[in-house]
Amino acid sequence: MELLPPFHVATPGSIAAAVAAGQDHAASRFIAGGTDLMVNLRHGIGDPATLIDLRGIPELRHVSAEPDGLVIGAAVTLAELAEHPAVASRYPAIATAAAAVGAPAHRAAGTVGGNLCLDTRCIFYNRSAWWREANGFCLKYQGDTCHVAPTGKRCHAAFSGDLAPALLVHAAEIDIAGPGGVRRQPLAELYAEDGAAHLSLAPGEFLVRVVVAADPWPASYAKARARGAIDFPLAGVAVALRRSGEEVDGLRVALTGTNARPFLLAGTDALLGAPVSPAWLDRLGRLVQKQVSPMRTTLLAAQYRRRVAAALAQRLAATLGGLDAVGRAA
Amino acid sequence: MSQTAKRVRAFRLNGRAHEVLVADNVLLLDTLREALGLTGTKRGCDGGECGACTVLIDGTPRLACLTRTEECEGHGVETIEGLVENGRMSRLQRAFHERLGTQCGYCTPGMVMAAEGLLRRNPDPSAAEIRAALAGNICRCTGYVKIVEAIEDAARGAP
Ligand SMILES: Cc1cc2nc3c(=O)[nH]c(=O)nc-3n(C[C@H](O)[C@H](O)[C@H](O)COP(=O)(O)OP(=O)(O)OC[C@H]3O[C@@H](n4cnc5c(N)ncnc54)[C@H](O)[C@@H]3O)c2cc1C
Ligand code: SF4
Ligand code: FES
Ligand code: FES
Repeated sequence: MELLPPFHVATPGSIAAAVAAGQDHAASRFIAGGTDLMVNLRHGIGDPATLIDLRGIPELRHVSAEPDGLVIGAAVTLAELAEHPAVASRYPAIATAAAAVGAPAHRAAGTVGGNLCLDTRCIFYNRSAWWREANGFCLKYQGDTCHVAPTGKRCHAAFSGDLAPALLVHAAEIDIAGPGGVRRQPLAELYAEDGAAHLSLAPGEFLVRVVVAADPWPASYAKARARGAIDFPLAGVAVALRRSGEEVDGLRVALTGTNARPFLLAGTDALLGAPVSPAWLDRLGRLVQKQVSPMRTTLLAAQYRRRVAAALAQRLAATLGGLDAVGRAA
Repeated sequence: MSQTAKRVRAFRLNGRAHEVLVADNVLLLDTLREALGLTGTKRGCDGGECGACTVLIDGTPRLACLTRTEECEGHGVETIEGLVENGRMSRLQRAFHERLGTQCGYCTPGMVMAAEGLLRRNPDPSAAEIRAALAGNICRCTGYVKIVEAIEDAARGAP
């Protein structure tokens, strides 16, 4: 693989120093565990003169699970998050998603912020520089044609981070620091449906923390992948489902791996007020199949990813709704 | 193209204080293999996918092909060379040997370091825990069964 481009690393010790570093160095990138960015840099994707390592900022390294909610620093590692006792017991979907990333060494280095700001993925993009060059590059970087949808004008590379859907179904918010100070916004607003520009961060902005409300709805996460470890999700689904008696009175479904952004399924309100039943699960499955738009960006067929996304959503909802995983009375 | 100035980075390597003069964009894998001659740590995929380059940083398995040398400043790095005790293989290394947990041997240093990290945290792991800890280490030869057995043996105190 190629050598790394020349860069120097800045290690700010506070949010203010990191913001200042971002302003001082025009061609800079933020980095945390580096398990995504280092691979891309070695593939000749990006040529930053400065990497700003966020892990030396104490506020970013902290998880606090108080009765009034969960706060996760952006530089907390996925291993720390998955093993945090309060997260594992009160927010199992988040712990499951964190534990489903890559393999142990990725989780020991990889962080929450890096996972949420992961670059999008495509079989024509996650390649060496010479491979991409031989193929005429592509629309996402250095080229002008998309090899997946050559007549289109946008990139369909898939967002493939595991954590985002588990946070989206808990209506998580994020704090973003930048030259304008710190602002809070829903996590969902971080993302846009464009594989070449899927994050709404302005230059110099970075994630500080994720905030999740207390009393989360019961939720779970599952992913489909080719092997039992290492692989990114071909489709990943989180479901949060609250019942009052038998009837579903709260439902959020979020997906990753199928689109250029992780997203909350729209139209779930139509499923409220009824118990989970085989017919109800059919409707949920159809809703998922309609809104996911997997393209030929992975080695497995797009149609498989569409169907497995729906099947995972149905399985999780069935279990949360008191049925067994295939929708029979448990 | 001017940002490659080298700096002295101090860290512990296999228990001994070390200083290396290195640019920020140099990987730990290259420092170990090229600058320090510690070629026990293998370069497999070179992209975080195979585990052949697994070393311990502060006792935790990490991938040397995704880690910059600069990040190791002030930390403790351990490689396969560090497991040798008075010129003899450690119990875990011997178990790989006795149990045929190694064939071509290319994945072995990474496997052993991942297992070493596990056994320090959990001296008596179940087979499932062993498999989970080694989930990021790929072996083309053994079929994994002998590797798991070797680690079980090492944990039990045999051979
Ligand atoms: C073989 C392999 C398998 C993998 N499998 C999976 C998988 O199954 N699921 C999965 O989700 N991921 C997977 N990953 C990707 C990666 O390991 C994780 O997503 C990890 O959480 C990334 O975090 P990081 O800190 O290492 O990110 P980095 O590489 O440090 O950063 C990733 C991106 O986020 C940006 N960034 C980092 N922190 C911040 C911040 N605080 N604010 C703003 N931007 C920031 C960086 O600029 C960069 O663009 C895999 C990687 C490899 C190499
Ligand atoms: S979807 Fe198209 S533009 Fe995007 S990375 Fe793949 S080939 Fe390139
Ligand atoms: S060489 Fe580092 S993971 Fe393969
Ligand atoms: S022994 Fe040959 S790759 Fe594992």
